[in-house]
Amino acid sequence: MSKVLPKVLVIAEHDGTSINPSTAKCVACAGGLDEAEIHVVVFSDSGDELAAAAARLDSVGKVLQVDHAASEHLLAAALAPQVVALSEGYSHIFGPSTTFGKDLMPRVAALLNVNQVSDVMSIEGSHRFKRPVYAGNAILTVEAPGDRPVVATVRSASYQAVGNDNDAPVDKIPVEAAIPEHTRFVALKTGKSDRPDLQTASTVVSGGRALGGAENFDIIFKLADALGAAVGASRAAVDAGYVPNEMQVGQTGKIIAPDLYIAVGISGAIQHLTGIKDAGTIVAINKDAEAPIFEIADIGLVGDLFTIVPELAEALRK
Amino acid sequence: MEKILVGLKRVVDFNVRVRVKSDGSGVETDGVKMSINPFDEIALEEALRIRERGEATEIVAVSIGSSEAQQQLRTGLAMGADRAILVVAESPLDQLTISRVFLALVDREKPDLVLLGKQAIDNDNNQTGQMLAALWERPQATFASKIEFSGSTAKATREVDAGLETIEIDLPAVVTTDLRLNEPRYVKLPDIMKAKKKPLDQITLAELGVEPSGGLREISYEAPPQRSRGVIVNDVAGLIAALNAKGLV
Repeated sequence: MSKVLPKVLVIAEHDGTSINPSTAKCVACAGGLDEAEIHVVVFSDSGDELAAAAARLDSVGKVLQVDHAASEHLLAAALAPQVVALSEGYSHIFGPSTTFGKDLMPRVAALLNVNQVSDVMSIEGSHRFKRPVYAGNAILTVEAPGDRPVVATVRSASYQAVGNDNDAPVDKIPVEAAIPEHTRFVALKTGKSDRPDLQTASTVVSGGRALGGAENFDIIFKLADALGAAVGASRAAVDAGYVPNEMQVGQTGKIIAPDLYIAVGISGAIQHLTGIKDAGTIVAINKDAEAPIFEIADIGLVGDLFTIVPELAEALRK
Repeated sequence: MEKILVGLKRVVDFNVRVRVKSDGSGVETDGVKMSINPFDEIALEEALRIRERGEATEIVAVSIGSSEAQQQLRTGLAMGADRAILVVAESPLDQLTISRVFLALVDREKPDLVLLGKQAIDNDNNQTGQMLAALWERPQATFASKIEFSGSTAKATREVDAGLETIEIDLPAVVTTDLRLNEPRYVKLPDIMKAKKKPLDQITLAELGVEPSGGLREISYEAPPQRSRGVIVNDVAGLIAALNAKGLV
């Protein structure tokens, strides 16, 4: 009896200029399926460079480049029918568990008449996966039906990106799907920053409500600059308007896995801890010695952040 | 806009520290406080504000699950929903089936807008809104932090990883809510009394013509690996020494 080997289609995420690192993590996850053949599809309006970048990702067997004017901005309503049109012959369709993938993949799953496996953190078999539920307070093992394609999002923080030493072939293919026009891109407002990207930085410094104001966040930025770190924030700090939403770390913000995470003035609500569980080393700076953040911090320092943080930044600059 | 359909899921309250059962069959729910999923509460609040601005006339709250979900629907009625529908399903349903139930309700109720929470805080699936939009072949605006209506279209601002994305969608459509869309109101006692008189219909999956699909099989639950309490240092010099020892600075 011949064994059917997994064939995986990974949906690349990009911003029109570069492939998002979450794509390399999806490829790494797909590599956990025994003897998987991995293809990456790049949807874009003109994707030559993006497809070439995807072709460099290790373990990728082939890149599908689908250019269409409707893909200048990656809208789920326009992409889902295109993914479905390509899905024939694939046993697994993976996307990143970023806002891009979370928006798109369930729409794909419904069109393929399957449930989605959300936030895959571990592959236990060709159709068996581990995923976090209840804000990470429980890990659930699920099994998808063997006779249907598996549609899944991949929890980026659980995987290391594959390398960039490949030279996979690129197939330019036309799109054969009716693309709806009921959804239209208007604008993207993004806080451009020279600092490292929050989702991929090896060091992250986050501030919480204890900062007390937007202007006080300056000491967090200065500490981050001394470390070459990205800057994050707790939900409370974002809700209070100190910093924009894209900086939120936690269950409903970004789930990150830096080598070093420094939480400043963050008490450590369970929803925040969910976002940093996979960090290598967690440092907590807080004036409340009873704050829950100290229960999980590898290194704790109790004291006034307005004294400690500038002193730490100064010492690190030396 | 005539009608808004809002989904209210009954979930373990967000303040409860969830524990996995020792036999791995699920999490402890005996004697645990249950509430409306917080994102769904935000969805209902938004619907109420839309109606209060005179941009909608009727709000229908929907829950799918055990008969105990009547409690959450009563709370929704007390917040201000006009009427409620409970689709009774005594065993848990998969996401695709739930989306089909919503689709069947959409066929019956013909709403101009379906407002749902972006995810339920129990299974954290984040799928229902997108699936309903796909099956309904209508637009979706997920993770919305702002919605504005203008005739037969709406502009939604979405919280995305890169920042804030604005899209324009034709109605009817599905919108899923993010945390910063609004802050839900508190329910007042007189409203709880009034809510008892509001209609709450119960219907079955069979009456809606929905056959449950198999879904994903739950094999087992386990507790996550715990991080343990580390060391406390006394000052910045101690912190730098500890980071040095780990090769981090």
